[in-house]
Amino acid sequence: MAISTSPIAARRKLKSRFVAGLCFAAAALALAVLFSILWTLVSRGLPALSLRLFTTETLPTGENGGLANAIVGSLIQVGIGMAIATPIGVLAGTYLAEYAQKSRLGAVTRFVSDILLSAPSILVGLFVYELMVATTKTYSAIAGAVALAVIAIPIIIRTTEDMLSLVPVPLREAAAALGAPKWKVTTLIAWRAAGAGMVTGLLLALARVAGETAPLLFTSLGNLNWSTSLAEPIASLPLTIYQFASSPYEDLVELAWAGALLITVGVLAINIVAQLVVGRKR
Amino acid sequence: MNGSINTPAAGKTPAAAPVRKSAAAEAFFRATVILSGVIVLLLLGAIIIMLALGSAPTFEAFGIGFFASFVWNSVDEIYGAGIMIWGTLVTSLLALLLAVPLATGCAYFLTELLPATLRKPIGTVISLLAAVPSIIYGMWGFFVLAPLLSATWLWLADRFEAQPPVYEFLISASGTSIFTAGLVLAVMILPLITAMFVEILGATPVVLKESVYGLGATRWEVVREVAIPYGRRAMVGAIMLGLGRALGETMAVTFVIGNATRWSPSILSQGSTIASTIANEFAEAGFGTLKLSALLALGLTLFIISFGVLAGARALVAPRKY
Repeated sequence: MAISTSPIAARRKLKSRFVAGLCFAAAALALAVLFSILWTLVSRGLPALSLRLFTTETLPTGENGGLANAIVGSLIQVGIGMAIATPIGVLAGTYLAEYAQKSRLGAVTRFVSDILLSAPSILVGLFVYELMVATTKTYSAIAGAVALAVIAIPIIIRTTEDMLSLVPVPLREAAAALGAPKWKVTTLIAWRAAGAGMVTGLLLALARVAGETAPLLFTSLGNLNWSTSLAEPIASLPLTIYQFASSPYEDLVELAWAGALLITVGVLAINIVAQLVVGRKR
Repeated sequence: MNGSINTPAAGKTPAAAPVRKSAAAEAFFRATVILSGVIVLLLLGAIIIMLALGSAPTFEAFGIGFFASFVWNSVDEIYGAGIMIWGTLVTSLLALLLAVPLATGCAYFLTELLPATLRKPIGTVISLLAAVPSIIYGMWGFFVLAPLLSATWLWLADRFEAQPPVYEFLISASGTSIFTAGLVLAVMILPLITAMFVEILGATPVVLKESVYGLGATRWEVVREVAIPYGRRAMVGAIMLGLGRALGETMAVTFVIGNATRWSPSILSQGSTIASTIANEFAEAGFGTLKLSALLALGLTLFIISFGVLAGARALVAPRKY
């Protein structure tokens, strides 16, 4: 093989090897950093985990508090937020996929939804503050839930539209040929065929809003006491983590790490379930 | 495909009762989905209007100079966005500068060098990392990276004791700084960009790559001359999406940037971004104060910046097909 031993070929091969080495180093560095993050999370969060977290509310430093009110507050806000976002997101996604393929309104809606999808979440917080907090002069759980809904809606729209557009057209045509009106074709055929994918989208939106902190800063504000009232400030896991992690007290920082571990495990578990839902379908 | 599945308008068929009922249901369903689409439009409109209305007092007081002023003084109520715009742009660009080469390397490694059996599990891990809440990255930066950097600057300062300017620079460097924020942002957007790059590089037609291999090209030459040029537009779009994410990130930055509202040209000193300032100073801004308005004006500024980046990303990423 005279060609491969020529100096030019040797240099090109060497260069290829060199770049491969660099890329390996890049991947190793990236993995090392990400491993460091997970390791910190587990090594600092795991020792602080205990049943107390779930049974005791947040208390001042030195009083052996837990995170119960924060967990419940998060569940309430995320639950209501998803309850608001799901119908709007699914219906708007359906509109884009089934009714608006070539319409101008559809194109504009799609563009606007994409903007909302990538808009900084803190701006959503400011918006809901102006809309609900500044007008009523009180921070509230419902304002937090609305902020989370605004973040979830574009995610649900995007996945719903993408999943519906994967449903084969002949399936719809077969139903239409039997005389089914379009709304029946959509709800009974397209929604059912795209069901698993749409559920995945909902789960991804759920995982995303469960970890959101910034939009809650000025809407539900946080609350160190027990409160399940929708009209009053309410605690949430991410906000409590933020407040405790930046406090100077070691026991509160420990609680923050425990909360951080809880929320990461929760978010990752939802993501894994979401991938399994899709995987089973295919 | 529209025409083939659209049922003919029911009004034109002989007026049988079930058909009329069905037409009503169709009209209702259609109205509902269109209404949901319109709600989304109204949502964005409302966000823009609310931010604009809220920031009006600020622009009345400081005019367009708000964007260029490097003074943020809560005591005398003089507000300018310069420091925060600077901090936002510098941290985000720093994050891109670090994350894009790393992501390219990772993506090349994952698509070309890694054995095929490992690709899927590692790809899954990357997409999971992209889902970790940003506050976790902030805590890691604050509790692990910042002390590490702080110690590093001190150690370096000791080495440069003989050179006063370098020493001064290093001894005044802080563990929490604009640089630290850029690092944390880089780590945060790395999985995001890598995942998109993997998808883009993986989408290069195999025939295209094989024909260049057939000409005797090395692996790297195939990636550089075929895969990257083939996916360049999409890759730039992915970078812009990462940039958009970095520009608006709040929690990961607030922990590690130091939240200083005084101007300093050194990126190793504490600073602030638009998002971190809003998060950090909001508690001190009461209903109806000028400070609240200034924070809303910062929000509007961030919206304009990220809208520009998004529009750019959208124009570059290949249009979605239907």
